[in-house]
Amino acid sequence: MSIGHTLLGLLESGPRHGYDLKRTFDEKFGQDRPLHYGQVYSTMSRLLKNGLVEVDGVESEGGPERKRYAITDAGITDVSHWLAQPEKPEPYLQSTLYTKVVLALLTGRSAADLLDTQRSAHLRMMRVLTDRKRQGDLADQLICDHALFHLEADLRWLELTSARLDQLAKVVAP
Amino acid sequence: MIPEGSLLAAHDLRKTYGSTPALDGASFSVHPGEVVAVMGPSGSGKSTLLHCLAGIITPDSGTITYAGRELSAMSDAERSALRRSDFGFVFQFGQLVPELTCVENVALPLRLNGVRRRAAERTALEWMERLEVDDLGTKRPGEVSGGQGQRVAVARALAGSPKVIFADEPTGALDSLNGERVMQLLTEAARSANVAVVLVTHEARVAAYSDRDVTVRDGRARDMEHAV
Amino acid sequence: MTLLEEKRPVAPPRPAALPRGAVTLRDLGLGIRFAAAGGREGWIRTLLTAVGVGLGVALLLLASSVPHLLDERNAREQARSETRISAFSDANAPKSDSSVLRINTTTEYHDRTVAGYLMRPDGSTPALPPGIDRMPAPNTMVVSPALRELLDEPGNELLRERLPYRITGTIGDAGLRSPGELLYYAGSDTLTTSNGGHRIAGYGDNRQGDPLPPLLIVLVIMVCVVLLAPVAIFIATAVRFGGDRRDRRLAALRLVGADIRSTRRIAAGEALFGALLGLLFGLAFFLVGRQFVGAVEIWDVSAFPADLAPDLRLATLIAVAVPLTAVLVTLVAMRSVVIEPLGVVRRGRERGRRLWWRLPVPLAGLAVLALWGRVEEYAPVNPFPITAGAVLVLFGLALLLPWLVEACVNRLRGGPVPWQLATRRLQLSSGAASRAVSGVTVAVAGAIALQMLFASMNADFNRMTGADPTRAQFAGYSEDVTGEAATAAIEQFRATKGVEVVIGSVAAYASKPGDYAEDEVPPTTALTVGTCETLRELARIGACEDGDTFVAHPPGDKDMTAWIDETARKGEEVEIGYGDKVMRWTLPADALTVQGRKDPMGEIHYGIMATTGAIDAGKVPGATITTQIRVDRSVPDVAEHLRNTAARIDPGMRFVTIESVERNRQYASIQTGLQVGASAVLLLIALSMLVAQLEQLRERKRLLSVLVAFGTRRSTLGWSVLWQTAVPVVLGLVVAVAGGLGLGATLVHLIEKEVSDWWLFWPMAGVGGALILLVTLLSLPPLWRMMRPDGLRTE
Repeated sequence: MSIGHTLLGLLESGPRHGYDLKRTFDEKFGQDRPLHYGQVYSTMSRLLKNGLVEVDGVESEGGPERKRYAITDAGITDVSHWLAQPEKPEPYLQSTLYTKVVLALLTGRSAADLLDTQRSAHLRMMRVLTDRKRQGDLADQLICDHALFHLEADLRWLELTSARLDQLAKVVAP
Repeated sequence: MIPEGSLLAAHDLRKTYGSTPALDGASFSVHPGEVVAVMGPSGSGKSTLLHCLAGIITPDSGTITYAGRELSAMSDAERSALRRSDFGFVFQFGQLVPELTCVENVALPLRLNGVRRRAAERTALEWMERLEVDDLGTKRPGEVSGGQGQRVAVARALAGSPKVIFADEPTGALDSLNGERVMQLLTEAARSANVAVVLVTHEARVAAYSDRDVTVRDGRARDMEHAV
Repeated sequence: MTLLEEKRPVAPPRPAALPRGAVTLRDLGLGIRFAAAGGREGWIRTLLTAVGVGLGVALLLLASSVPHLLDERNAREQARSETRISAFSDANAPKSDSSVLRINTTTEYHDRTVAGYLMRPDGSTPALPPGIDRMPAPNTMVVSPALRELLDEPGNELLRERLPYRITGTIGDAGLRSPGELLYYAGSDTLTTSNGGHRIAGYGDNRQGDPLPPLLIVLVIMVCVVLLAPVAIFIATAVRFGGDRRDRRLAALRLVGADIRSTRRIAAGEALFGALLGLLFGLAFFLVGRQFVGAVEIWDVSAFPADLAPDLRLATLIAVAVPLTAVLVTLVAMRSVVIEPLGVVRRGRERGRRLWWRLPVPLAGLAVLALWGRVEEYAPVNPFPITAGAVLVLFGLALLLPWLVEACVNRLRGGPVPWQLATRRLQLSSGAASRAVSGVTVAVAGAIALQMLFASMNADFNRMTGADPTRAQFAGYSEDVTGEAATAAIEQFRATKGVEVVIGSVAAYASKPGDYAEDEVPPTTALTVGTCETLRELARIGACEDGDTFVAHPPGDKDMTAWIDETARKGEEVEIGYGDKVMRWTLPADALTVQGRKDPMGEIHYGIMATTGAIDAGKVPGATITTQIRVDRSVPDVAEHLRNTAARIDPGMRFVTIESVERNRQYASIQTGLQVGASAVLLLIALSMLVAQLEQLRERKRLLSVLVAFGTRRSTLGWSVLWQTAVPVVLGLVVAVAGGLGLGATLVHLIEKEVSDWWLFWPMAGVGGALILLVTLLSLPPLWRMMRPDGLRTE
């Protein structure tokens, strides 16, 4: 995820302090991974340098100095470009799991057990996400569903692989 | 052999159709109020396991214990009576009696148990409200959508105040949005009423509504929690 | 890429649009192909239809061969009757080399008639009845195959004893009315005209048989209508067997591009094929079935296979009408469903069935009957208004039924679970149920109307004989009066096992002697000779000694009393007998005058009554012996023992069972026909209901499994099946009873009789009820089989 573009996008609704930006970001997108302040300020300084934001004012009453940032026209154009550009679909061609399965087969360990264990781990995660989805709001549900669908895809792959283990064994360890 | 505190437990079930074994030493248990998903590829024996657990079919060998009673020792009539009083069922499709209205369908298990019509339909309507389909009361199953029909079926499974609900691919015929909603309503209602659910599904997202999952492969059930 | 494109198969050129007729033919052909090669399901459906239609066609063919059957029977019957030489049936033919003396020795054995003749040829080339090639020698007989079989069976010693003749031959088919007929011709060397023999010149009665009386024609028409109407309905139902599955198949065709018209034509093609196959089946059933008709004898009816030849015109009509009906019924049935590519939509019946066009049909039928159907007792009958009226009434009832079922069922609410399941099911689709039941309705309504007609004709056909079976149950009449015959006969009867009382008397005529002009009638009265005991049964006689004579007056008949007194003048002579053999006898002056009474046969006796000591019975000319016998009914086979005694005394003795009702034989055979036909028709209907029921169950296999999973009791579903059959059948019976009573009352009114019994419908209603039970019971085993969890396994 491009943090720079996200922060720019948040600024489009009006100038904000760095602290505000972090809080809004966390609230909307960052339940899993909150931003560090350092991340915010380093990103903002890069954006400043590129002329996509400008400092709208500085406040320093009763605490550290706080800059207020505002988006520039160039920044707005940049956000538009970013949104218009489709994300490149992830091909997931390099998978640790696949490597593990092949290695297990090569070394004569039980690939089926490995897959079952993985399935179980995936399902546990899905259960957690489902639970969170049940208690959360619509935003939670959408985010969790996104993850759930990916996990489900993995699971389907696991199932398919389990069913084809014999075939695979013949190919990798003839 | 029987896990401590379990409501329904099966041990070493075997069942053969013709020469193909459907169950080959499967074991299983569920606690009161627990939602257990039974997963596995098609043809693995999931449905056979569910039918054995519910006493719809009898295994060739093995024991099934429900609340301290041995199921395979019961007569057909006793098992039928047990299903009427203690079990509820949700299937994938074709389970609502097409000529009865939705509320009559929901009231059916109660009526089979001898509850009078008015009382049964009152209870039925309460459950339908719970599952957000109380507006379908006088409609026939042919006139409602798949998702609504499935909720009616869930309401029916719950209406008889069972101890265990057996759900065989309850969302199999539904799109994911409707499927999720049905699962959410089913598990919520079951948890709040302390009803155990045995949920047969091949969809991981549906299974994720469970507390625990069991995988059936080649007629054998593996409890994944305890296997790890 | 180019590689791929090159590999793409070349699309065949689009065929030019076919002309309309060709399209129709193509679709019909497609339908026939589906029916013939539609896999297992298609075959089952086609087979069901074909068997159903076939059964109906076989019945129709059977009905259409009835005229031929009757003609043939009649022809054989006439061919073996004696050639009449004068209008008087008792006139003897002149003696010749070919003439034959014979006497009818027909007897009854265990409720079956054993027809027979004793024959004595006058010369060397006696005339022979058809079926035999030489005259049986004295004390031998030729028998029909059925009689031979009966005589060979163990347990029929009594019959063998009665027919003590050696069997020397078999009567051929040409001499038999039907294969089951019991008939024998025995030879005699003692038969004379004076002991009852009747001289005939030959065989072959070429006079026209009596035409059926008008009332019987009405009855025959009604029997045909009543029996054939349900068959027509049954065929129409059979064409719709498996319709739901067919509709789904057609939906699949719609998906690949067939239009609605095409699907209709394809369905018509399927129905056509089923019906044509049904015609073949029907022909096969008929041909096979008629081979057994000879062997199976139901209610004394049997026929030679060759007699069952369908009338060519009727057979052609069947061959054309059945496929046509099949196609029409299918097209009409398809009007209520819309076959969409993704499934079948039953056109909603939001407005429900309407009464306004249904009710006028049966009413019109009644009107036709009332306006044009009047039957004069002695005028020729016009069969058309009666047929049309009856058909309109009966089919009108079939039309009323679906409306009534729907109207009633829609008002049903609640009730126990089985009842709820059944009524809700009927509410959703009562059409199928009504269709199956309409056959029952028509059959039962028709049968009720017929029975009322029968009952009201009782006065004509069932003569109350006035006999009193408590005083005597058997009577014999013999003309073989010799000296001791009367006494001997009485003694022999008395000695027979189980006999309690024998009233034997010798009866003759007595008249006032004198010379009378050609047109003058001499005063005449009866002379009865018997013991005191016998005479007491015939008149109110107090003190009586052998040698006494009485003059009995009929009570309450002054004319006859005067006539008797004119003949029987005490102390004067009377002339006994008539013709050349006359005897004079003086009526004693001390004869007492008494009142006559009814004898056990119901006849009032009067005239001169003399004890055996007063006159020598053996010398009385032209006398007959009358024996009336009272028996102990509890003695087994008492009737057969008595008949044997009678045959021993005189094989030509008329020996009858006294019953209070004597039945006209034609009437009896029509009633028999109705019984046979109604049983066959009701069985057919039960079959079609069963098929519909099983089809429905099969479609609900999965649902049944789900209900079993719930723990539904078998009895719950069993009861629901029962109710589902019972509700429409009961409604159908209500319609049938109402309609049948209406039609019956109208018909009875038409023949100017009174309705004698309004409660005759009970037996038919009972049969309808039995039908419910039968169908339910027969559908239970498949229901139990389908109530297994197999249906739960996901397809």
